[in-house]
Amino acid sequence: MSRNKTMTADEVAARLESGMTIGIGGWGSRRKPMALIRALLRSDITDLTVVSYGGPDVGLLAAAGKIRKLIAAFVTLDSIPLEPHFRAARERGAFEMTELDEAMFMWGLTAAGHRLPFMPIRAGLGSDVMKVNPQLRTVRSPYDDGEELVAVPALRLDAALVHLNRADAHGNGQYLGPDPYFDDLFCEAADQAYLSCERIVDSAELRAEHGPQTLLVSRAFVNGVVEAPGGAHFTSCVPDYDRDETFQRAYAQAAADPEAWRRFTEQFLSGDEDAYQAAVTAFAKEAT
Amino acid sequence: MSESATRAECCVVACAEAWRGDGEILASPMGTVPTIGARLAKLTFSPDLLLTDGEALLIGDVPAVGSGSQVTEGWLPYRRHLAMVASGRRHVMMGASQLDAYGNQNISCVGDWAKPRRQLLGVRGAPVNTLNNPTSYWVPRHSPRVFVERVDMVSGVGYDRAAAAEPVTTRFHEIRRVITDLAVLDFATPDRSLRLCSVHPGVTVDQVREATGFPLTVPEEPEEVPHTRMPSAEELRLIREVLDPKGLRDREVRA
Repeated sequence: MSRNKTMTADEVAARLESGMTIGIGGWGSRRKPMALIRALLRSDITDLTVVSYGGPDVGLLAAAGKIRKLIAAFVTLDSIPLEPHFRAARERGAFEMTELDEAMFMWGLTAAGHRLPFMPIRAGLGSDVMKVNPQLRTVRSPYDDGEELVAVPALRLDAALVHLNRADAHGNGQYLGPDPYFDDLFCEAADQAYLSCERIVDSAELRAEHGPQTLLVSRAFVNGVVEAPGGAHFTSCVPDYDRDETFQRAYAQAAADPEAWRRFTEQFLSGDEDAYQAAVTAFAKEAT
Repeated sequence: MSESATRAECCVVACAEAWRGDGEILASPMGTVPTIGARLAKLTFSPDLLLTDGEALLIGDVPAVGSGSQVTEGWLPYRRHLAMVASGRRHVMMGASQLDAYGNQNISCVGDWAKPRRQLLGVRGAPVNTLNNPTSYWVPRHSPRVFVERVDMVSGVGYDRAAAAEPVTTRFHEIRRVITDLAVLDFATPDRSLRLCSVHPGVTVDQVREATGFPLTVPEEPEEVPHTRMPSAEELRLIREVLDPKGLRDREVRA
């Protein structure tokens, strides 16, 4: 029997340190490990390099001043195209940024997972991605075609944070929605990975109802498992729940004004995860 | 019948035409009018096109925009979508916050990248799209703010930049056409710069010139510029009754 790796979100935050490079799973405003992000917000960890297909994870960490450097291809709330905190942070030059193409980003994570220094890719050349990342190198095919390609450096992570639908106590993670996003790649690219989930179930139950192809993350790459119902809120975690559009609108509106944002953080982010979920329930009642 | 088509409906048909003859490839439209256009192409002259639900599924039916699909044809999560890009079996129609005469596109930010005046989405997949699969652009408001002399951050790669990077970079590079609320444009000029192909009914060549922030290649006689083809009666029926009964197209292009 393999180890029991269950822990709390705050215990995950306690394993992380200022200055680390943290990869965050999900995509835009979809299946983001928000309960783990909220634990990070409660900690005094700062000076992070954040690697993300960015959504409100980036927005919240940026608003809290915890990002020193961002590595991303975009930051969006999906149904609201522009992430307001990310936008404001960029416009005041709040952190450094490595802006990569979506595919370059994927191959960077893949290279890290395969313990390779880089992966060659036909993207980036001719674009200003090369100009704003002067450290990027190119590589020439050693074969007859002689094609010049971009050598995307490995995006090795100190830690990865992901959220899935189900997991067992040993760190096997299952996704039940249609898209795995890149959560397995994040875990494989990281020195330590933490997986939150809607529900921790027996390994037997994990295997029983859905095909083995839903088992996205292997325990070999997971250091801690957190049971966090509603842990992706307010992003989507289908089929368990859709994005909370009403809440997301309130988040985006509050972000536009410092006083409104102070009230928002007071209302939702001043307590622990239970307090957050209770405040969300109260907010939903008020909204209907 | 077709005299009564609106500007938005004319744009839908112009977008649909971009996928004519593409065969068994993925049509990736961004925006409402291109989405209706891709679906119209599939229902009429390009039946082999593959369509997505905008998320992780390839759909086997052709539902109205904003309605759910009932038939799943395949699985296309982001990682496989990126593989589809690299394979070239895709023709994307992207948006553009800025676009220059050679088809360089910007969706990242306005102003200096290091401290932008206005942060936008980020480059997203524009660099990989433009070097790997045919790319077209949809601009719902043709204006000098979009059509600029020089874009602030090259996200999608244009003809001059692809050629300058390395000859082999142009291997799979093709910016096919640009469709706006005023006109259809392409790059069929000796230096691969933007050329006016057709103006939509009710639009003059001068109007397009004025809305473009750089000199545009147009025939010497403005009368020689043809009008964009109008929807046929059957196309109008498909747009109005099947693909967009709620009239979402009118929110993107004013009548």
